[in-house]
Amino acid sequence: MTDTMKHTLLFVFVGVMILLEGMTDFLFFSGSWNSALVILNMGLISAIMAIGVNIQWGFAGLFNVGIMGFTALGGLAVVLVSTPVIPAAWASGGVSIVMALVMGALTVVAAVMVTKFMPAGKLRALVLAVVLIAGFFVYRAIFDPAVGSVEAINPALQGNIGGLGLPVLLAWPAGGLLAAGAAWLIGKTALGLRSDYLAIATLGIAEIIIAVLKNEDWLSRGVKNVVGLPRPLPYEVDLQNDPSFVERAASWGMDPVTASTVYVKAGYAVMFAVVLLALLWMAQMALKSPWGRMMRAIRDNETAAEAMGKDVTRRHLQIFVLGSAICGIAGAMMTTLDSQMTPGTYNPLRFTFLIWVMVIVGGSGNNFGAVLGGMLIWFFWIKVEPMGILLMELVTSGMAEGSALKGHLMESASHMRLFTMGLILLLVLRFSPRGLIPEK
Amino acid sequence: MDLLNALVALTNFVIVPGLAYGSQLALGALGVTLIYGILRFSNFAHGDTMAFGAMVTILFTWLFQSVGLSAGPLPTALLALPFGILGTIALALFTDKTVYRFYRQQKAKPVIFVMVSLGVMFMMNGIVRFIIGPGDQRFTDGERFVISARTFKKLTGLDEGLAIKTTEALTVVTAVIVVAVLFWFLNKTRTGKSMRAYSDNEDLALLSGINPERVVMYTWMIVAALATIAGVLYGLDKSFKPFTYFQLLLPIFASAIVGGLGNPIGAIAGGFIIAFSEVTITYAWKKVLTYGLPDSLAPDGLVQLLSTDYKFAVSFAILIVVLLFKPTGLFKGKAV
Repeated sequence: MTDTMKHTLLFVFVGVMILLEGMTDFLFFSGSWNSALVILNMGLISAIMAIGVNIQWGFAGLFNVGIMGFTALGGLAVVLVSTPVIPAAWASGGVSIVMALVMGALTVVAAVMVTKFMPAGKLRALVLAVVLIAGFFVYRAIFDPAVGSVEAINPALQGNIGGLGLPVLLAWPAGGLLAAGAAWLIGKTALGLRSDYLAIATLGIAEIIIAVLKNEDWLSRGVKNVVGLPRPLPYEVDLQNDPSFVERAASWGMDPVTASTVYVKAGYAVMFAVVLLALLWMAQMALKSPWGRMMRAIRDNETAAEAMGKDVTRRHLQIFVLGSAICGIAGAMMTTLDSQMTPGTYNPLRFTFLIWVMVIVGGSGNNFGAVLGGMLIWFFWIKVEPMGILLMELVTSGMAEGSALKGHLMESASHMRLFTMGLILLLVLRFSPRGLIPEK
Repeated sequence: MDLLNALVALTNFVIVPGLAYGSQLALGALGVTLIYGILRFSNFAHGDTMAFGAMVTILFTWLFQSVGLSAGPLPTALLALPFGILGTIALALFTDKTVYRFYRQQKAKPVIFVMVSLGVMFMMNGIVRFIIGPGDQRFTDGERFVISARTFKKLTGLDEGLAIKTTEALTVVTAVIVVAVLFWFLNKTRTGKSMRAYSDNEDLALLSGINPERVVMYTWMIVAALATIAGVLYGLDKSFKPFTYFQLLLPIFASAIVGGLGNPIGAIAGGFIIAFSEVTITYAWKKVLTYGLPDSLAPDGLVQLLSTDYKFAVSFAILIVVLLFKPTGLFKGKAV
């Protein structure tokens, strides 16, 4: 069996699994097309994130554990781009907030200038301290009252500065841009140091982004969540009230409610698939280009590449920004799919480390591997829980009804997820470190 | 009088919690730094090792409580601690044997080790949640305060109270003892010396006949003990929740790096630096300033530099500053 055939079969396997999920309720399958499409949609988004990580890790060997943060920034972009404009918020304090942020940025720029252009010594440290402290107080003095007045506007529903009221699809590239900006900042400071430091720095920045989203109510309402974000597709209720749709649903032999939910989810699946294919094509072209070869040369031997005149730190920064931007796009797509922004639900185990499992299992360095890993691992992430419950039923079948141990085991079955993911990661790293579809 | 009140308020809200939290971080960072110095990778599973140790200790604490065993005014968890340590050592050695040893023999790159430790982190996290569940567990018992705010007020006649929780006092005392024993071990015993030699120069240590597997084994045992003690102290002082232990990873790493990765003294200093910056920057200074300053200068607002939810940002900012200006840490660490 050739490699190509084997790899195609792996993709077919994932496809069949998702089809089975829709068709049968045997064992751990649910037999609902809705559930199958939900898995497919999130699988597509996961595949995009996996491509982003694969570009960083597989192409360039950068260890980024802050994927959650970039994903969340993508989500923020959806809120900022697509929610309606709130003129009252801009009239009361929005402008001051922007000014305060500009002041904050200027302070940092000034501090960098001081470090760059003044000779090292006590005087420089003193000037630097004065600039930073004065900047901080000016920033807070403008920022605090402005935030107070913005948050006071209709706090039950809004209380934030709102968005630009643009079509939600524009938020996807915007999410990419936002993530790219954050990646540039963090890359500028942490790249060029040893590899573990980038990992710890990205871990930190992700936590901070989530903390900001949770606490800055003026930005995205914090833990009060933004719900009912605009959607690129029609609402199910509208479809059900549309006589021509009901007629069509009847001709497919489905009742209008199921038909409308499946129709919307399938619509998302098509949109996500288009984005995925476009990014996959671009990533493939990049990998084959001279630029891709240079990246792999840098990854395999930095010293040699540097001796050949390649600017390693610059190239690393470039690819770090690109990969993070892809994660940002995926994050924006995810928030669009949920049509709500809930900062409280971002969890590093799910949004950072699971993506890593996808990339490693799929095959680091191979874009198709990343896509396969994304879809496959997502399927298991969803299905490990019912599988665990099945397993536990099997294990506890001999025990007496209502025994404490049986109750505990059944209750804990849902925590099997993390354990299984760790086990899969360790097994793949040990026995097949190149993944299911290895790099060529 | 006002100045005294200001001092007491400062001690009560900043110094005492800072010391306790700093000790917990220092113990955690010592574990990270030892792994880094000897096994040469950043162990992402450390937070979850702490959670595992704390969990075993909690299970034994419950057992002791149910048979009526107690340590008097001290928390029962102290009696259970040795069992927790043994359990964690068993787990650490088992993990090393089944997982890490293979990569050591392969001489894998550090980043592969980090990746492997991610897998271990997932599995430990799963085990802990599986056994004890993801929720909050309180297991503190015994006397609650060494000195409570009311007693202190009565004793001194000041307006401000000073409360020292038993767990806080216990944390600091335990940390001092543990650190003293650890340094005695590293500096005076044969095994400790061989560990330091191995950390300084692997090849030279191998040439002089040091058995690397033994060194690694002792390292895991010490790290497991440190992680369990840190985890239990943190759990006693705050509360036990698996996810918070995972989140401790960031301040612990920050402590270890700020002090210089691979340097035990640095880890302790780093722990206290991170803890005190977190507490001072997120503390609302209004009370202290109102006492300390003349009335005309008394502040209107809370005088809180950042809200408490940003404590991660504080450890992170310090980390970035140190990385930018002194990448090997304040006390000279390794830069592999």
